[in-house]
Amino acid sequence: MPAAQFDYIAPTTVDEAVAALVNGGKDTRVMAGGTDLIVKIRHRMLFPTCIVNLKRIAGLDAISVDKKNGLTIGATALLADVAANKGIRRHYPTVAEAAGATANVQVRNMGTVVGNLCNASPSADNAPTLMAMGATVDIAGPSGGRSMPLDQFFQGPGVTALETGEIVIAVRVPPPPAGSGTAYHSLSQRGKLDCSAVGVGTMIVLNDDQCTDARIIVGACAPVPMRTRAAEKMLIGKRMTDTLIRQAAQTASEETSPITDVRASASYRWKMVAVLAIRALTDARQMALRKSTSK
Amino acid sequence: MKHDISLTVNGDTYTLAVEAWRTLNEVLREDLNLTGTKLGCGSGDCGACTVIVDGKSVSSCLTLAVEMDGRRILTVEGLAPSGETLHPIQEAFIEKGAIQCGFCTPGMELSALHLLKTNPLPSDTQIRSAISGNLCRCTGYNKIVDAIAEAGRRMDPPSKTGR
Repeated sequence: MPAAQFDYIAPTTVDEAVAALVNGGKDTRVMAGGTDLIVKIRHRMLFPTCIVNLKRIAGLDAISVDKKNGLTIGATALLADVAANKGIRRHYPTVAEAAGATANVQVRNMGTVVGNLCNASPSADNAPTLMAMGATVDIAGPSGGRSMPLDQFFQGPGVTALETGEIVIAVRVPPPPAGSGTAYHSLSQRGKLDCSAVGVGTMIVLNDDQCTDARIIVGACAPVPMRTRAAEKMLIGKRMTDTLIRQAAQTASEETSPITDVRASASYRWKMVAVLAIRALTDARQMALRKSTSK
Repeated sequence: MKHDISLTVNGDTYTLAVEAWRTLNEVLREDLNLTGTKLGCGSGDCGACTVIVDGKSVSSCLTLAVEMDGRRILTVEGLAPSGETLHPIQEAFIEKGAIQCGFCTPGMELSALHLLKTNPLPSDTQIRSAISGNLCRCTGYNKIVDAIAEAGRRMDPPSKTGR
């Protein structure tokens, strides 16, 4: 089968990249790692006329961890670099774990966290944790820059809130609140390296053993990574007992709308949401308690 | 339109004109005749096409050749440049019976090299995790894991003195 043909540019500034996207129109596609884009072209799901490679833009791969401003992950920061970053592992351990649980070594050496978000797969391994932690995306575009909460960024499978000519240049995570704990659990057929069939990310905040805030995000069980707000509500203002965790996990499962596909059946996904939510909430509670006792 | 690129493969610098849609895998195999790098799935799942670019293992089937301008690439041919003395990883693969049909071997060996460079004495779990992106349909993996552990011991200087 002859390869689909396209042209290629590698701008050295964000402005040049935006200009290339505006001039090229909707058949011009941004590429960071290419691990989703090239597969989609090979599988004839996309027919771009031009690819704009972001990896030659200096500084776009920056990762910064700051007590006041939180975590910033640049658009071309590799999954492998996020997974191995000491500051992220220390202060945002679940962000590092989710990046390290994405795909395999080779893909993590090419692919990026922001690319995983922009591909907007409902199963994106990095989305649940980042959404749970209240992340925002910084967007550059022809009419200037803007930011938006990550949980408004996803619009459907493969569809984001980006307009023509816009590029996500970074994802930012606020500093974790005092007393918070996070966790991400996922399941897939080949260990953790293929697309997740189910993923659950959470952040909870404890004051003593009282839950004062909770976010639970389920991946791969709705058209977008999905917040399960009823389950979150059940936890807030209560003592986070094992029983309550089980009840909230069951509610989270009932809120999702999984489908049957090649990776798992809907009924399996429903069951596993509850199981993974129990694990994630239990782990997050443990992290929150550990942090409060080590103060 | 063709793009002029200059890349270094196994220490040799090549200047090529490539079309934007051609992959590194295609250019290595078809233009440079370096057919040690295999093409399996073409979608980043099997690891047969693994090469090392600037010290990092990547899937050459998902890498555009045009992106490789100015990069340094290591393929399996570069593991034993003389063709006579084998790399310790290759020796260990032969001795431990880690090769059957051989199709996954180049990718496995480069994934092993990528691991051993940062973690010279990995545990079995770390080895399995490091090769989780490389499929082998013959060996059942145990002998590959043994070979990589053995290669690590041989490549790690302290082990030569009995540690």
